Amino acid sequence: MGGKHYLPLTDEDRRVMLDTIGVESVEDLFNDIPAEVRLRRDLDLPPALAESEALAHLNDLASKNKNYCSCVSFMGAGVYDHFIPSVIRHVTGRSEFYTSYTPYQAEISQGILQAIFEYQTMICQLTGMDVANASMYDGGTAVAEGAIMGCGATRRSKVLVSRSVSPFYRDVLRNYFNSRGLVLEEIPLKDGCTDRENLDKMLDDNVATVVLQQPNFFGMVENMSGIADMVHGHKATLLISVDPLSLPLLQSPAEYGADIVVGEGQALGVPASFGGPLLGIMAARDRFVRQMPGRIAGETSDSEGNRGYVLTLQTREQHIRREKAASNICSNEALVALAASVYLAALGPKGMREVAEQCLQKAAYAREKITALDNYKLAFPGINFKEFAVIVPGDPADLNRKLLEKNILGGVSITPFYPELENAMLFAVTEKRSREEIDILVRELEGWS
Amino acid sequence: MRKSKALLFEMSRTGREGYSLPTCDVPMQPLDRLIPKTLQRSEPLELPELTEVEIIRHYTELSTRNFGVDTGFYPLGSCTMKYNPKVNEETAVLPGFSFIHPCQSEETVQGALELLYNMELSLKELTGMDRFTLQPAAGAHGELTGLMVIQAYHRHRGDHKRNRVLIPLSAHGTNPATVSMAGYDVIQIPCDDRGLVDLKALQAAVDDTTSALMLTNPSTLGLFEEDIIAIAKAVHDAGGLLYYDGANMNAIMGYTRPGDMGFDVVHLNIHKTLATPHGGGGPGGGPVGVRERLAPFLPVPLVDKQGDNFCFNYDLPNSIGKVHSFYGNFGVVIKAYTYLRMMGAEGLKQASSDAVLNANYLMNLLKKTYFLPYDRPCKHEFVLSARPEKKKGAGAGDIAKALLDRGFHPPTVYFPLIVEEALMIEPTDTESRETLDAFSRAMEEIAKDIDQDAGKVANGPYNTVVGRLDEVRAARTPILRWRKE
Repeated sequence: MGGKHYLPLTDEDRRVMLDTIGVESVEDLFNDIPAEVRLRRDLDLPPALAESEALAHLNDLASKNKNYCSCVSFMGAGVYDHFIPSVIRHVTGRSEFYTSYTPYQAEISQGILQAIFEYQTMICQLTGMDVANASMYDGGTAVAEGAIMGCGATRRSKVLVSRSVSPFYRDVLRNYFNSRGLVLEEIPLKDGCTDRENLDKMLDDNVATVVLQQPNFFGMVENMSGIADMVHGHKATLLISVDPLSLPLLQSPAEYGADIVVGEGQALGVPASFGGPLLGIMAARDRFVRQMPGRIAGETSDSEGNRGYVLTLQTREQHIRREKAASNICSNEALVALAASVYLAALGPKGMREVAEQCLQKAAYAREKITALDNYKLAFPGINFKEFAVIVPGDPADLNRKLLEKNILGGVSITPFYPELENAMLFAVTEKRSREEIDILVRELEGWS
Repeated sequence: MRKSKALLFEMSRTGREGYSLPTCDVPMQPLDRLIPKTLQRSEPLELPELTEVEIIRHYTELSTRNFGVDTGFYPLGSCTMKYNPKVNEETAVLPGFSFIHPCQSEETVQGALELLYNMELSLKELTGMDRFTLQPAAGAHGELTGLMVIQAYHRHRGDHKRNRVLIPLSAHGTNPATVSMAGYDVIQIPCDDRGLVDLKALQAAVDDTTSALMLTNPSTLGLFEEDIIAIAKAVHDAGGLLYYDGANMNAIMGYTRPGDMGFDVVHLNIHKTLATPHGGGGPGGGPVGVRERLAPFLPVPLVDKQGDNFCFNYDLPNSIGKVHSFYGNFGVVIKAYTYLRMMGAEGLKQASSDAVLNANYLMNLLKKTYFLPYDRPCKHEFVLSARPEKKKGAGAGDIAKALLDRGFHPPTVYFPLIVEEALMIEPTDTESRETLDAFSRAMEEIAKDIDQDAGKVANGPYNTVVGRLDEVRAARTPILRWRKE
């Protein structure tokens, strides 16, 4: 039988326990399941494997995937190949952390509670916001729940989202809104950024939240000056989805007047893992805290005055407020938030700035080299952080197949999301890419055109 | 010895570095040329400055201030805190899984797709459902996805008046919160004196506005809803659908299946039933399974097999869309898949069998000392009421703190709401009889302590790194981040 080594009861134990209970067999404990719904056969599942066999099977599956170890990756679109310092896995691998539940019992959960408090602080330091929660599932759900939070705060039900926001996030947002009967309108693009004139026209006193992304899906840094005034003129809230790794260089959302900041935190020391687990970041100005979804850790003390941490403001949450809760979120991505905290602590202000600058410089180098090639052109002129959209001379899938022969995971095709952009690809260049790797990519692109 | 732990920020010293980066080998351009000054950050970035040594010592100390399943017994009701097998941690971090990008072409991720496909096959068999999405990242996320699918189904049929979802009073808080999030009204169904769904009340409540009934079976009282066939009939006859909250699936694997009970939609908590770790609050996983007629509404993409190849299927014109940026918590799915492959059918059934045996054994030990409001065979968990102890001066929350002093994680307290001073105890399948006996002795001692000096128990815990923390103060004057003084 499989899993014996996880099941401590011996046959002798079972016999003694049944005696104590006063029943003949374990079957008697299942008598309350009506006969009509009992499963009268064995589950038809693959046979149990020994640990060595399970490892071999999983190794076999894993080896069928091209990955960052066997290939050089230029893929981005929200999930990036940044370097992950070794120290992170050694912290998240502490089983006192990873085998614990949500810290309801504060006195024996001070470790994770303090780590969450520190995470909240560092997210505030990055974004310039006053308060952050303990995490959301991912960037997409953080955008959706942030937009809903704006609706709650303004008691309005219309949200404007820029088409320069990740199409992956907009899909999630649309879905959450459809279900709830909220109204979602898309702000058109202009030169790869949010069309400000259109935004101005679309804004009215029914708009709860305006959702923008910085840098946007095309990796472009949008000019945010004056946007907050426009939005606040209608008493709406400004929500910005950020790449946290851009914030050491770029204006913090607080500086240009954002009310709510969300984002995908995967760049902060988290493996891509085929797109999950990821890390939904959520932060806001103080006045939104009572509408904020999810767990929040707060400082307090015991009767002797020792400082400690608890989950707080729980009257927002589902287990207290039930149908009146700000959200239904219960489990979040606590361990991923812990990884991000270790990353931020390890990099510090100087390292964060260096990583961001290397991304910027290397992406700029790659952009220049690629767009200097015949038949390759930048989809949109402007300012890019660590990725950029290129119109390539042919089908992006063909190009990626060719690049794969050289062990390169090429760009992400974005034409499916923007049909008006034919043969458009997004290339991301992180601090991990060397000049040589970029030059090889450029050479391969040149050979293909 | 009691003491606070310094924060990262208090340990920070200017000039310390905890990282190393390669030198930038591309020609550097002036920063202002790449990003205009006006778009650059002007506020200094205040993050702590630490070396790797201090970081690892900091978090190692924090970990000693934290209790996990690996630390000891964790009978947190409805959370299924079973042992998290170590092999799962190994398989999930294989480079071929950890370092793959969600936008890679299908031919470069055949192994990942095969794993997702195999996982779906196993989950279908385990639950008796026809199709699964693995996208939801947690149980509550699965609930929302499931309700969205139900909503899309009704809407597609032009049935627009179904705006209510029925929930028994014993339900988890996520159920009503999810119902609201999906834009529905909540209708509460009372429990009868057996602790089960009041069938008459349910039959009276269902009508042509009923979208669905959300049910946890066994319930949060650990009791199997014996009337499940009649319940399903009442809901289906009214044109509603049946939603299965899989939080308590650990009780019934191999014994019965939600699909066989008549459920149309199921979510599983793979971080409970399938032994993936809870990570201090996540990441979890909440796959959603549905019957054939609901499959067209599942989130895209589904994973299909064509010949020998695995592929994403985006061709679902009636799909609700996506609920996650990509395919959900793949890394967690790997762990659950590894567990399923290690256990096999027999192992899973034995796990449920032992979970139920452990719960009944512990219930029989504890009911000698504590009040058991629903005294009948339970499934994987049971609920005591500390009402008598509360009258003496120490309630469920105080008993929880007293357990901390004895090295146990406490049960879930004050839930379900239908039991006053509830202590909800779920021992799981991975605990030994010795552990259950020791826990039972600890509970007896606490009962004696309450008889002797309830005030002392009400002021605990005494042996933890901090004393009882002032939650009222934390909420009244919120300090939610560190600030430089």
